Amino acid sequence: MSTRLSTHGRLINRGKQISFSFNNTRMTGFEGDTLASALLANDQMLMGRSFKYHRPRGVVASGSEEPNALVNLGEGDRLEPNQRATTTELFPGLKATSQNHWPSLNRDIGVVNNSLSRFLPAGFYYKTFIQPRAFWKHVYEPIIRHSAGLGKAPRADARDPDTYEHFYAFTDVAIIGGGVAGLQAALSAGRAGAKVLLLEQTAHWGGRAPVDGGTIDGMAPDVWVAEAVAALQEMPNVTLRNRVMGAGVYDHGYVLGYERLTDHAPQTPGPRHRLWRIRAKQIVTATGAIERPLCFSGNDVPGVLLASAARDYLVNYGVAPGERTVIVTNNDDAYRTAIALVEAGLDVPAILDARPQGGGALMEEAKALGIRVELDAAVVKVKGMKRVLSVLRGKQSGDGTVEEEIFCDAVAMSGGWSPVVHLWSHCGGKLTWDEAQAAFRPDAKRAPTGADGEAFVIPAGSADGEMALAKVLENAAAAGQSAAGRAGFEKQAGEAAKGEAPDEAPITPVWMMPKGADYKLRSKAWLDYQNDVKVSDVQLAAREGFESVEHTKRYTTLGMATDQGKLSNINGLATLANALGENIPQVGTTTFRPPFTPISFGAIAGEARGDIFQPLRRTPIHDWIDAKGAHWEPVGHWRRPYAFPNDGESVHDAVQREVNATRKSLGLLDASTLGKIIVKGPDAGKFLDMLYTNMMSTLKPGKCRYGLMCTENGFLTDDGVVARLDEDTFLCHTTTGGADRIHAHMEEWLQTEWWDWKVWTVNATEQFAQVAVVGPNARKLLEKLGGMDVSAETLPFMGWADGTLGGFPVRIFRISFSGELSFEIATPANLGRAFWDKLLDAGGEWNITPYGTEALHIMRAEKGFIMIGDETDGTVIPQDLGLNWAISKKKEDYLGKRAQARSHMTDPRRWKLVGLETLDGSVLPDGAYAVAPGTNANGQAATEGRVTSTYHSPTLGRGIAMGLVLNGPDRMGDVLKFTKGDGGTVEAKIVDPVFFDREGEKQNV
Amino acid sequence: MLLLTCPYCGVAAEETELHAGGEAHLKRFGPGSTDEEFQTYLFQRENPRGVHFERWRHANGCGKWFHAARDTVTLEVFGTYSAQTLEPPEDLLKKIRDKRPGFEWRDIA
Repeated sequence: MSTRLSTHGRLINRGKQISFSFNNTRMTGFEGDTLASALLANDQMLMGRSFKYHRPRGVVASGSEEPNALVNLGEGDRLEPNQRATTTELFPGLKATSQNHWPSLNRDIGVVNNSLSRFLPAGFYYKTFIQPRAFWKHVYEPIIRHSAGLGKAPRADARDPDTYEHFYAFTDVAIIGGGVAGLQAALSAGRAGAKVLLLEQTAHWGGRAPVDGGTIDGMAPDVWVAEAVAALQEMPNVTLRNRVMGAGVYDHGYVLGYERLTDHAPQTPGPRHRLWRIRAKQIVTATGAIERPLCFSGNDVPGVLLASAARDYLVNYGVAPGERTVIVTNNDDAYRTAIALVEAGLDVPAILDARPQGGGALMEEAKALGIRVELDAAVVKVKGMKRVLSVLRGKQSGDGTVEEEIFCDAVAMSGGWSPVVHLWSHCGGKLTWDEAQAAFRPDAKRAPTGADGEAFVIPAGSADGEMALAKVLENAAAAGQSAAGRAGFEKQAGEAAKGEAPDEAPITPVWMMPKGADYKLRSKAWLDYQNDVKVSDVQLAAREGFESVEHTKRYTTLGMATDQGKLSNINGLATLANALGENIPQVGTTTFRPPFTPISFGAIAGEARGDIFQPLRRTPIHDWIDAKGAHWEPVGHWRRPYAFPNDGESVHDAVQREVNATRKSLGLLDASTLGKIIVKGPDAGKFLDMLYTNMMSTLKPGKCRYGLMCTENGFLTDDGVVARLDEDTFLCHTTTGGADRIHAHMEEWLQTEWWDWKVWTVNATEQFAQVAVVGPNARKLLEKLGGMDVSAETLPFMGWADGTLGGFPVRIFRISFSGELSFEIATPANLGRAFWDKLLDAGGEWNITPYGTEALHIMRAEKGFIMIGDETDGTVIPQDLGLNWAISKKKEDYLGKRAQARSHMTDPRRWKLVGLETLDGSVLPDGAYAVAPGTNANGQAATEGRVTSTYHSPTLGRGIAMGLVLNGPDRMGDVLKFTKGDGGTVEAKIVDPVFFDREGEKQNV
Repeated sequence: MLLLTCPYCGVAAEETELHAGGEAHLKRFGPGSTDEEFQTYLFQRENPRGVHFERWRHANGCGKWFHAARDTVTLEVFGTYSAQTLEPPEDLLKKIRDKRPGFEWRDIA
């Protein structure tokens, strides 16, 4: 059993007991524990179930690389799945539950997959769920979805009550990792004079060194660490932050840091997580190394863990993972674990060293303590299901013949150490294979390069492949000095601290234990614990032709779990290389992508949530509309009123009422959101002739003209009314969503193509409030306000005039998007609300009715006016919409003209705009397709048209629609069949798209 | 996240301040051009592994378009320059030739 000892535990405070729960069982730990160490102290080795086979799993590591001990943390609004127990600091009241089992962790039905594992090999899903095709949607997918995922997703209505923030930092040197290498690098860079930011992901400085032993400058490592931290804190140019993980390294020295401020103390006020957005001139990655598991049968049985983790739990937390621990290794480092366990009074029945020649000084030390050491030894198999029962020992050079059964309750394994090269690799740093250490290490000659073309990342310490303490410190000092130098700080920082530790004998790579293991053993030798990928799966993938490591990864899911293969990748690559008969460096690695470990969505979102998710643009009339209780709809960053329902009135009824009131008497629309771009200069007319399909340069001052804008690809992109203000000034109205885009479009062409043209543009959208006064009584209202002659003679249709209306400075455009007598009136934005109030007040006698965007849409559709975004979708040209009248034949050129001459654009079979009337008067479904006889090349029903706009017209008392139809304008009166959502069809007749007042008698009065 | 210096306002701008505008130095073909010329102008783009000339706009800044010469692999920025030119400035080309001997981009070398 695993248990708490009365000795050891440098990180825990035995004076402070902490109560927590695991699967609703109350347990206690100490302040300073991680959830993993506290669970072990309570003899809770079984912490979860694996993803595919539901195998019982215990903790295997002690840090961020942990693949097994994932838990649901918290509850309700704060429930978070897949949290690593090894990086969760214990706090009072912590609630954790284990994942991926039913009904319970101990008795899990899904473990049946384990007995079926020989029928669930690599690529099982790809191979099995293909036929019959119809089964995918209704049988396979629901089953797979049900069994997919590890942790529980939070409830759909859960809302994270915590706050998060972003933080910007600029520094000369950012150092990631606060182990002895990071501290030494910070000392060197700081002494050289650089501004240094040192980030450590855990709550503690010094990394592994205090656990691994040796001396630094003659001191015990933790004494040196304390002194180094104190020295750094004294330096004004150095900032130290712990509980901040360097999550990713990006282009040109951009670093993301992930700070967990209150995860260990949830009651503390302030943000929970903070995303550091750092710009550094140089980055030092002192990220250490991660121990590799060994691949033997049963290497996933709870109780089998990394030798370094066993040592961490003992030294840091005073927890023994077992009472009798077998050590299995191919290098000297694991001997440290054996020595530490025995010195703590625990039993180590044997060290199984796979190397025929054995180890060096540490082996001698272990032997001197009386520990039995077997050479050329291997674990053939670990026996036990939910807990290690014994180890079957054989020869590493053998085929799995068992020579002895060693009873034990834990196995501490070490397959060697892999430098943490993730952050080095994120932005393009390349790796080199170190044959002697059997590990990939950073290739200094192929570093990530910055804007100046020079390297901007320097690895330090064991992250650079240096494993001996003395070398780690020398390497880190050089890295710190060099980073400062590259950032422009040349001062000599002095010597590295002097590390001393026993010399270590060379490692012997072991990728399969024992070497000649048969299929049965290989099919229980795990590479990826979390995704259940075994040695046999990778070998099968290789046999099936998956030679690329990237393909093998996706086929087997090796390294694709939440731990991203921190433990499994190198063993997996080596297994693949052996299966292919290639060298490991030839096979290469998969791509390391940020973040290093998962970071919270809250941190990524930062403050951008709720009301401040994005800025809201408000017209001068916005508050009035809001107070009126309008039904809002978002349009770009604006909110526009969809309709103004009265008390007890439905939105639909309100829309119908607004249309009727406007058509019969007087309506009022807040049109302030329409884009207003002023285009000015001697070449303004020439410029607009290029931008619009029609001729704008011939427009007379005082007049308005409707214009269409296309992209260079020929497709309609915007429309609106242009008013010529004077000889060299135009005011271009754009759609509500189009103002910024069209202004940018104008600037792009002016700055990058016609930069010698004398034209200036200003987006004046928000400078003016604009109100449309619409309906047969519109002129009467304006005349009542007084101050301007708005008669048909003085201000005819498509004219505009400046003046004063009811005391307000205004510009009146006589334009109509409704087919009614209509005046759009602009006034300075600061007067907009007062002007609106005045209109409402004065219009009372005509039942003045504010209307929303839906009434606007219906009225324009009744008149057959197109709407950008309804009739257009980025593939529609003006000719499709019967807008040839708005395309100048005289102009040599305009944006889109050449494109509209392409064969596909002139194809007579392009669908063209028509009106549609259902035979039964119902409203066609929006976007519905007209089905034609026969099928297309994909075997789907052929189509001959689609609905682009569809409404119930209160004016006509029936459904009306517009649509694009094959040969539409030549098929007036034809009846088409349109699909409905329920699978049926509805018949509609092709008609003219102008449904109402075809002669324009209502607007030209 | 790239850092590019806007040649108009002098700000070393974060990529989030910028809007990428694709390949630089396109020659516009309008009415009267052949299908091939127009297709090349509208759709054919360089996709180099190495030196590239691009258009950027300092969209959340001074609003100006400019050009950048950049290595798409190493992310080295050789320089930024005015958008109001038909070809990269000679001193910039010399710098690129020194750093990337034998480089070719369209008809520029």
